[in-house]
Amino acid sequence: MPAEQTISKYKIATRSSRRTSRSILQNLDWPTVLLYFLLVALGWMNIYAVVYSPDNVVNILSFDINSGKQLLWIGTSAVLIIMMLAVDYKIYEHLAYPIYGLIILLLLFTLAVANPIAGSRSWLDLGGGIRLQPAELAKFATALAASKFLSSVNLRQQKMKDQFILALITLLPPAIIILQNETGTALVFGAFILAYFREGMSPLILIIGASAAAIFILTLLVPKLYLIIGIILLMGAAIWLDYRLRQRLKSMAALLVLIVGMIFSVDYFINDVLQPHQQNRIKALISPEADPLGYGWNVTQSKIAIGSGGFWGKGFLEGTQTKFDFVPEQSTDFIFCTIGEEHGWIGSTVLIVLFLLLMTRIVKIAERQKSVFARTYGYCVASIIFFHFLVNIGMTIGLAPVVGIPLPFFSYGGSSLWSFTVLLFILLAIDSNRAQDLSR
Amino acid sequence: MNYLENRKYIIQAIFIAVGVVFALRLFYIQVVDSSYKQAAETNAIKSVVQYPFRGLIYDRNGKLLVENTPVYDLMVVPKETKDLDTLRLSNLLGLPLEDIRERLKKARTYSYVKPSIFYQKLTTQDFAHIQDNLIDFPGFYINARTARGYSHTSLAHALGYIAEISPKQLEDSAYAGYRPGDYIGKSGIELEYENYLMGQRGVRHIMVNVRGLEKGSFKNGAYDTLSVAGENLYSTIDLDLQAYGELLMNGAKGSIVAIEPATGEVLAYVSAPFYDPNLFTGKDYGKNYMELLQDSNKTMFNRPIMADQNPPGSIFKLVQALIALEAGVINPNTKYACNKALVNCHPHPSPLDLYGAVQHSCNPWFFQAYKALLNQGKSPNTFTDTSLGLKSWRDHVLTFGFGKQLGIDLPGEKKGIIASPELYDRVYGKNRWKYSTIYSLSIGQGELGVTPLQMANLMAIIANRGYYVTPHIIRAVGEDGKPLKEYQERHYTSVDARHYEPIVDGMAEVVRAGTARRANLAKVGIEVAGKTGTAQNPQGADHAVFVAFAPKVNPKIAIAVYVEHGKWGGQSAAPIAGLMIEKYLTDTVTIKEQEKWVLSRKYLDIKSK
Repeated sequence: MPAEQTISKYKIATRSSRRTSRSILQNLDWPTVLLYFLLVALGWMNIYAVVYSPDNVVNILSFDINSGKQLLWIGTSAVLIIMMLAVDYKIYEHLAYPIYGLIILLLLFTLAVANPIAGSRSWLDLGGGIRLQPAELAKFATALAASKFLSSVNLRQQKMKDQFILALITLLPPAIIILQNETGTALVFGAFILAYFREGMSPLILIIGASAAAIFILTLLVPKLYLIIGIILLMGAAIWLDYRLRQRLKSMAALLVLIVGMIFSVDYFINDVLQPHQQNRIKALISPEADPLGYGWNVTQSKIAIGSGGFWGKGFLEGTQTKFDFVPEQSTDFIFCTIGEEHGWIGSTVLIVLFLLLMTRIVKIAERQKSVFARTYGYCVASIIFFHFLVNIGMTIGLAPVVGIPLPFFSYGGSSLWSFTVLLFILLAIDSNRAQDLSR
Repeated sequence: MNYLENRKYIIQAIFIAVGVVFALRLFYIQVVDSSYKQAAETNAIKSVVQYPFRGLIYDRNGKLLVENTPVYDLMVVPKETKDLDTLRLSNLLGLPLEDIRERLKKARTYSYVKPSIFYQKLTTQDFAHIQDNLIDFPGFYINARTARGYSHTSLAHALGYIAEISPKQLEDSAYAGYRPGDYIGKSGIELEYENYLMGQRGVRHIMVNVRGLEKGSFKNGAYDTLSVAGENLYSTIDLDLQAYGELLMNGAKGSIVAIEPATGEVLAYVSAPFYDPNLFTGKDYGKNYMELLQDSNKTMFNRPIMADQNPPGSIFKLVQALIALEAGVINPNTKYACNKALVNCHPHPSPLDLYGAVQHSCNPWFFQAYKALLNQGKSPNTFTDTSLGLKSWRDHVLTFGFGKQLGIDLPGEKKGIIASPELYDRVYGKNRWKYSTIYSLSIGQGELGVTPLQMANLMAIIANRGYYVTPHIIRAVGEDGKPLKEYQERHYTSVDARHYEPIVDGMAEVVRAGTARRANLAKVGIEVAGKTGTAQNPQGADHAVFVAFAPKVNPKIAIAVYVEHGKWGGQSAAPIAGLMIEKYLTDTVTIKEQEKWVLSRKYLDIKSK
């Protein structure tokens, strides 16, 4: 009897594994794959447009320029995709914690040995001119670990201990990354709130976070006295309208004190906590006109480039503002300027729609997962892409402070493209095997 | 579970809300608010190529040989032309409408977005007039650059010229730094020293508004590169001497090369007929060039370094005597009879020793001396013996700089011909030739070809008593420069210094009382040593040669004068050399009757007979 059982098990295993390789391609979410390659290809063309100069035409494939190197990153990304689809999809869940642990060690190791590049100690030199930024890898590792943890507890039960562990998993990597002086990348981890919200985190945290951000920005825009008077009037109106609040006057007073305290601490925060370059980024957001050649330069030039594109744009390779390094980091963080200038409102909107399609598609994929792990991971992917989308495009059009994070799949750079590719295709690998999850 | 699933709508709503806010914000920036477009227009960047100042060339006394003059090219960027009024443009430039269309088509074919030259080398008057009207022709602009200019009419062959780089050169990776429309040295010093003269191109980025008005430099010039002027060159040429040499050779064909023996510096470099270097600077360059190229006198032929097919004639007897002395087969007192049965000669006393033989250029004497040199009995077989002798003789001759490029800093130098056993083996067959076959070599005829530069160099060798410094025409690159290394070392001949004295004495006799009395400068206290020659020429009257150096002691100038169809060296070439020597050493000319004779060109009448 036991022997027969073993044999039948074996048979099932071979049958299922034979089915797997075929079913992976069958069940792969092709709309997402298509969006991925569309964004990568468009990004590649725009990277070429940045370096293109009519006086010195270099072949788009030349490895001397970014577009040629990007093609190398795209090619290696394709290899990564094949590898991730080939690996048993269960490994991501099983190895979530070991991968996370390894990345934490790598982050610490990088912090210890890295030579600062432009003030950042986040690059690991692998030799041969190849450098790796472990902070990029920390995104998917943290997403895996957090998803794994959430699949083991119920967040709604609101056990302090569980919430504390989840916060620790989420905040440990960005804490190290801030020490590496890559604040922009660290902020990305804030995006996990969206995924946790889906899994049952109280909406209060979202609301409090949004309110705090609103007060923070209002403090910068409006004189403090007017702001305080406005808030007092707002509260008074609320108390007058809603009788229930009258029984809570003490808590309301406490809230007011809290808000006023926050308003005053914003000043302190900006002037004493933030580093000068971070102060400037915030100033540039509020009033780039104040110093158009200094801290306002990037935002001003970026808006000029985008604004000069008009409705239809100037045409591929015809941009004048995006050449000459008007804006630093043209092919990485400010790649959106090229779209805005050369392809106008139409092109920019098409790109935005492509990103919205991708993000909602990922949400759809997440929702059809049967395991909490897979669903949470899907939301993490969507949230990370969303955060990059929000901040990257936001900063080029003056709606967000200048934070040096790339536009997913689009910006020039190997670490960024690899990390987003891995992030997305782990989800697609899990998704393409969801039928087996069902039978489990 | 279900109420949580509804949160997916909230999350997607946040995504879409952000996308909508972005699209609206972009619509405001890109479509509604036009201030960004204006800002971009004032922000447009134009890159203007800064052509470097090509290096100047000075003569040995600090006179300008080559300078720069400004010229203006009308450029066009086809993409930027708008509502082009071709009729008005045609009137403005004074070109037929058809021509304007042709030029536009050519520019478009080259590139739609890159600037190309629409009309080259506007005159200064045209420039001012066109500049005023250019505001109505968007896409057109004027590019100022410099062309070569000459305040004299001399030295065209050595200076060379510059012209637009050829499409073929542009494809060559050796010219990677050049762009279409760039000027590049095509011949002479301009070609040889191109790398030093060209300098480095710069690019200036200027911000311009829609109307093309400059709004200042972009980012305070952070991206600009300055053009670096080319190095100035300091030539060894004495412009006054050069001009005088050209005056003397005007109407004749031939060469004058004068060298300072101690340094190898070329003092004068005349290739006649010559042309005005200014012919190649204006916009008629192409026409002038074709005319000169097709000219029956071969004006463009750079004779001093390229005319290597002519035998040197009697001046080569000096080389034969030197080698014979070194080989020990003769001594200064060796006497031979003027036996006209061996080879023809002219009337003179006989028998003669070495001094007399040089003085009277006795053909039979050199027939016998050369026979003694070639047939030393090293082999019982007379054929083999001659072959061995010729081989050894040739090795000596090569050390005089014959039969190879000397290495002057001018392009196109020819090697010349020096007879070799291999050559005769090929012509007659092995062991089928002996001394009686090749004896004409003894008097500088036969299988010998020597350039005028090599002849002048021979004089430098004898003046130096045994060595030469490679002749060169540029003595310094840059203000404090030195000559290139190859122009600082001495090349010794295989003949010992002591053997030169009897030859020099004989040469002095040539000028004092021999065949070259017309080069005598004893009146002004200069002792000239020289040797005449006549090179047989199947195409007409013989070519006349005279080589000399002066003063005999501590020589300052070595010179070779070659007059095609000048018949006898003593008659036509010697007075020219004498005049050049006096002009260089004393800066004046006292032998007026010689000058009158040369300028009358009577010696050339012989040719037409």
